[in-house]
Amino acid sequence: MKRYSAFAVAREAMTYHQGWERAWRSPEPRDAYEVIVIGAGGHGLATAYYLGREHGIKNVAVIEKGWLGGGNTGRNTTIIRSNYLQDPSAAIYEKARALYEDLSQDLNYNIMFSPRGVMMVAQTHHEVRGYQRTAHANALQGVTTEFITPERVKELCPIIEINGPRYPVLGALWQARGGTARHDAVAWGYARKCSDMGMDIIQKTEVTGIRQKNGVVTGVETSRGPINCKKLCIVVAGHSSQLAEMAGFRLPIESVALQALVSEPIKPCMDVVVMANTVHGYLSQSDKGEMVIGGGTDGFNNYTQRGSFHHIEETVRALTETFPMLARLKMLRQWGGIVDMTGDRSPILSTTPLGNTFVNCGWGTGGFKAIPGSGFAMAELVARGEPGPLAAAFSLGRFTEGRFIDESVAAGVAH
Amino acid sequence: MSTRLTRAGRLIDPTRPLEFRFNGKRLRGFAGDTLASALLANDQMLVGRSFKYHRPRGIVASGAEEPNALVNMGAEGRFEPNQRATTTELFDGLSATSQNHWPSLEYDIGAINTHLARFLPAGFYYKMFIHPRPFWKHVYEPFIRQSAGLGRAPKARDADRYEHFYAHVDLLIIGGGVAGLQAALTAGRAGRRVLVIEQTPHWGGRAPVDGGEIDGQPTEAWIGDALAALSEMANVTLRNRTMGAGIYDHGYALGYERVSDHAPDGGDAPRHRLWRIRARHILSATGAIERPLSFAGNDLPGVMLAAAMRDYLVDYGVSPGDRTVVVTNNDDAYRTAIALKEAGLEVPVIADARDHATGPLAERARGMGIRVETGMGIAAVKGGKRVTGVALCAQAGEGAAREYVACDAVAMSGGWSPVVHFWSHCGGKLTWDRAGAMFRPDADHPPTGQDGLPMVTAAGAANGAMMLDACMADAVAQARLATIAAGGKARKTAPPEVECAAEQAIEPVWIMPQGAPIEARSKMWLDFQNDVKVSDVQLAAREGYESVEHTKRYTTLGMATDQGKLSNINGLAVLSDALNAEIPATGTTTFRPPYTPISLASLGGEAHGELFQPIRKTPIHDWGDANGADWEPVGLWRRAYAYPRDGETVEQAVAREVTNTRENLGLLDASTLGKIIVQGPDAGRFLDMLYTNMMSTLKPGRCRYGLMCSENGFLIDDGVVARIDDQTFLCHTTTGGAERIHGHMEEWLQTEWWDWKVYTANVTEQFAQIAVVGPNARKLLEKLGGMDVSPEALPFMAWADGQIGGFDIRAYRISFSGELSYEIAVPASQGRAFWDALMTAGQEFGVMAYGTEALHIMRAEKGFIMIGDETDGTVIPQDLGLDWAISRKKDDYLGKRAQVRSFMANPERWKLVGLETLDGSVLPDGIYAVGQGRNANGQANVIGRVTSTYHSPTLNKGIAMGLIQRGPERMGEVVEFARTDGGRIPARIVSPVFLDPEGERQNV
Amino acid sequence: MLVLTCPYCGVAAEETELHAGGEAHLKRFGPGASDEDFTGYLFGRENPKGVHFERWLHANGCGKWFHAARCTATLELFGTYSAQLTEPPEPIRKAISAKRPGWRWREFS
Repeated sequence: MKRYSAFAVAREAMTYHQGWERAWRSPEPRDAYEVIVIGAGGHGLATAYYLGREHGIKNVAVIEKGWLGGGNTGRNTTIIRSNYLQDPSAAIYEKARALYEDLSQDLNYNIMFSPRGVMMVAQTHHEVRGYQRTAHANALQGVTTEFITPERVKELCPIIEINGPRYPVLGALWQARGGTARHDAVAWGYARKCSDMGMDIIQKTEVTGIRQKNGVVTGVETSRGPINCKKLCIVVAGHSSQLAEMAGFRLPIESVALQALVSEPIKPCMDVVVMANTVHGYLSQSDKGEMVIGGGTDGFNNYTQRGSFHHIEETVRALTETFPMLARLKMLRQWGGIVDMTGDRSPILSTTPLGNTFVNCGWGTGGFKAIPGSGFAMAELVARGEPGPLAAAFSLGRFTEGRFIDESVAAGVAH
Repeated sequence: MSTRLTRAGRLIDPTRPLEFRFNGKRLRGFAGDTLASALLANDQMLVGRSFKYHRPRGIVASGAEEPNALVNMGAEGRFEPNQRATTTELFDGLSATSQNHWPSLEYDIGAINTHLARFLPAGFYYKMFIHPRPFWKHVYEPFIRQSAGLGRAPKARDADRYEHFYAHVDLLIIGGGVAGLQAALTAGRAGRRVLVIEQTPHWGGRAPVDGGEIDGQPTEAWIGDALAALSEMANVTLRNRTMGAGIYDHGYALGYERVSDHAPDGGDAPRHRLWRIRARHILSATGAIERPLSFAGNDLPGVMLAAAMRDYLVDYGVSPGDRTVVVTNNDDAYRTAIALKEAGLEVPVIADARDHATGPLAERARGMGIRVETGMGIAAVKGGKRVTGVALCAQAGEGAAREYVACDAVAMSGGWSPVVHFWSHCGGKLTWDRAGAMFRPDADHPPTGQDGLPMVTAAGAANGAMMLDACMADAVAQARLATIAAGGKARKTAPPEVECAAEQAIEPVWIMPQGAPIEARSKMWLDFQNDVKVSDVQLAAREGYESVEHTKRYTTLGMATDQGKLSNINGLAVLSDALNAEIPATGTTTFRPPYTPISLASLGGEAHGELFQPIRKTPIHDWGDANGADWEPVGLWRRAYAYPRDGETVEQAVAREVTNTRENLGLLDASTLGKIIVQGPDAGRFLDMLYTNMMSTLKPGRCRYGLMCSENGFLIDDGVVARIDDQTFLCHTTTGGAERIHGHMEEWLQTEWWDWKVYTANVTEQFAQIAVVGPNARKLLEKLGGMDVSPEALPFMAWADGQIGGFDIRAYRISFSGELSYEIAVPASQGRAFWDALMTAGQEFGVMAYGTEALHIMRAEKGFIMIGDETDGTVIPQDLGLDWAISRKKDDYLGKRAQVRSFMANPERWKLVGLETLDGSVLPDGIYAVGQGRNANGQANVIGRVTSTYHSPTLNKGIAMGLIQRGPERMGEVVEFARTDGGRIPARIVSPVFLDPEGERQNV
Repeated sequence: MLVLTCPYCGVAAEETELHAGGEAHLKRFGPGASDEDFTGYLFGRENPKGVHFERWLHANGCGKWFHAARCTATLELFGTYSAQLTEPPEPIRKAISAKRPGWRWREFS
């Protein structure tokens, strides 16, 4: 693999960049692999990468129905934060955030991790108490956050209206080391490194069946023929239920559409990420200058990657109220992704009823920020056959035990 | 130079001159101009700088596809960046500035990037700026951000008004060109309700510019007749300046009407109106967009789309150049050459990449004396901020210059692409039309609606029927299908007679010349705004970004504000070529709404400021407003947090309210509490399933506190249930819970126990409810007079109907404060009068209103839980020591099965206790209690947390409630709470009941 | 932006009038049920890409719950019916078979 650097770019410029090699190979699938990962999104590729880097397992294929990074990895609003309330969540998201910090150097691919800071504004007394609780929890979890005043909010984000008539800003939970990254680059960077380690990324290949013998997986059927494996890892987000059905079990997952939109690009006006949960909106500005806005999910099962328009309307209405300057910007593009929502809205990293088969899904609306941590924890689970400390709490068994990981608790109803 | 011709354009009113400013310069145009045509008329070809290399950018198109001519418009509350000059109608006093340059449009420091372009290919940033790590955030990224972006960020609050409009129609026709109008005639005559929306101010699309005859008359006359006929039809609505913005599932569509952008001082009209349309069927007659050709220097100001140049000439009487070279791979560009020549302008040569040009248009051009060179292309465009000439070369070769031709403009045409957005928004598929070298709607894979049938029909040029005769024939045929799909009847009819020049077939040309070397390919622009070149797409393909989505994202092709309207087809043709694949195998990127960018304010409509969300007000709300209430939003309700008096802080007010209520008399507006009537022979059985405790045994006239859990076991609401009669219960819920709990009841009644005879009604808003609380409560009621409120007649946890002070009321002897307390319900219409009566009569007893914070403190002093504080969706009643409210006799209730799951039955669960700091201070909200050591993830082990914490004015110390691991077994123990700064606060585990554990204050 | 016809009041209701209520025809398991049955009832979901049966509430309308048969891949609606049925009625199953031959959903086909 040719290393990327400013020097390399300058050198290649001499030949008009005709000397660059492929970022990843596009191989024919082999007959068998030690591990097959289904799904070449961020989570699947990261799982493969850490299998190689942490556990020396490089006989790996990542099989992708479409094009790598083409699902939710390339459709999200790129927010990275780890200011979660519950211990297991904080642990895995903080691991992810920490890995993100060095990911460009680790992958030799600039994923543009920008620790510009994430604030979650509190607009009711109830939210203030909720975020104060999170700040206390974070301090014990090793996640650096603080609860800040409205004045500090305004200082960090001058375009916000803190004295709005309906929902004045009463404070915010501030994670200075949260931020954003270039979503596509995360998938591409992992893919390039996986390919370099000798792993096969097999795109445009659909898994049509899962082969098993005596309750243990033996391989997969694909649109390009059968491929054997010793271990199988299913990392397909919104399509998890279909793969689970092939493997013979059911998941506590429902697939719904989540939408987002961007404005036309403008000059920099916002240096932080703001999330406003009372009015259901989040906002940041991309390096390109677009205002990136996250919307809500539909309540019904949907595989179309299109959502219902009223969510866009509600989100924009709320955000123009909180950020009045947005009113005269224009919506450039809206889109949707299919997100996998679990019964407690927390992910599943787990063994399954089928032997040597593992599942990583249920990231719902918040998976991008977790990619490195998720891959790291999943690789450990796949390599050892049992979860390490990061994945342990996210087992399927929790739904039977009643041991939920519920992050929506701050949004409980008051009075 | 570009200039205004003496011959007026067809859309211009030469009798109405207008003045406007561009970059401070005073310029003149006419009514009917667009900002773009007016700029060109003033020889302002240079209008902006590109995104990445800051290259000079001129106007390239005449419509929505324009990528370059984006300007800042207006000032203050009417400032707006990224306004497209080609779709901005000129008005008197318009003021615009160009974007993305410093210090000026003419001299832009950022243009250094164009010299560094070789070092900044597609995706260069993924390969650079990796080391050292902190530099990305602190050095590289700020620099990149600063040089990216286009217009300035608005600062002021929007000064304009926006609104929403609803329309329900049988057929929505998007596009008011000849195809759209023809379709409207068909559907209109069939009696369908038709809405035709057209994005420009003009009807007829580009047919009048392109010429030809329909039904024996010039297109313009036919358009006039069609409009006249349509305006006679009451069932047809025509709206210009209204763009189809997007199509969503089940026939939902958005129209974006620019009501007063062209007349911003036109009174109180809204600026934009968002049309929310439900249509049985949609017809997309959106025409087609011309493609550029990819030759070196095709981005220099002065290089324009051939049809756009014709538009400026015919519509606005503006000539973009005096000497224009035409370069094409199809016949349509000949129309431009002919129009230029007819206007007396020079066309030194038409370079036609095809190896022959023998159609009628070519012959006509030759006949006018225009030199036509076939098999010829452009090797390079010369010039800096303006075209000065072109080098011609053989299209088949590698670009050796045959000839240099001086010119100040270049008209290019690479063919046409149907506007397929509205076909594609809801999943319609496209097919590659090899003969036309275009993607057009695939009639076999249309977008489908709720019935599974096609939801959209494409017609005319939008359907790939480019020539006027084919277009009209297609429009007639598709209009019939659309009319039938919209529920109407339509017979097959013959298309109108159309006269138009026959055209020789297009020959696809994706790179000019075919064998151009890399140096030239590095100067062929695909995406003009984002500076994506042919070489960038080829680089992406070489590096393995083979999917069209990969290429788009890696190069940013098609991600500019025109969303690829100009560049996408050329880009994917280049990609296909690089991959050695067929164009249809490469496919397109996804078309997403909106068609062109629409204002965010229009999405909000009227819903901002006071109208942002409805406010729910109790009948007593106005009294609160008049008495200094500090309002707190609770759902959509406003509740008074406290009623501070002059000179008081909110905290002082809260303390006063608590003390006064405990010592004298307090009134609480409790109207927001949910009140749900549950009635019927099975009402008791039903409530036994909903509440954890037994409700069916409650006696009429009595009240009982109840808990409700979700089927998942968690506590979701609490409240007092009163049995009204044998078959009737009144269930109180929390303020936020009324609608939710009513919905919960109905859900179970309708979907699980639908054979049970029970009705429910949410009567929350039908009654005002006032809590009369404190030692003087009974005195006040007795003073007002009426029903017997003595402890004998109305004991604790009883209720009675009666009269007080002449009001018909229902009094509940229930207490959330631990004081003697009556919660009194009156009809909502009497609420304020009753409150006033209590206030007046209560003066001698020291009456004061108290707010929600005093309520919270008093309940905490008594150890009463609060849904949302002690509960958060993860807490079961057993955690809160509420086992007494869980019936052991019942076989079943919602949540019972869930509560025996292993984690819920675990004795290690955190349980409710009271907490007191050793020094009497107040514990911080949400603070956690720490245990020993760290868990496997390195996090400090926690053993509990504070759920409610207050300064108690009654006890004059901090009190708190919290959930602690095995808490009730650890009474008297001291546990440590961890401050965020690392400090520790010791606190003792005590009973959660801090005041009057025997209940002596309330049972009087 | 779906439109569903409420089988009770007959109104073709906009999605904004409706509230989606998740999978239909769940069998309730209460006290005494096995862990597997209870967990399956609360959390196990079909989540098919294709024919699906689901619950809807005409929230800003007549207030009634009803069932809908819908394709999650195309959003095509096959019909709505009473929430007080334990299985999809025959006409709806036929309508689905006409358009999606060979469909299966739990024990129904």
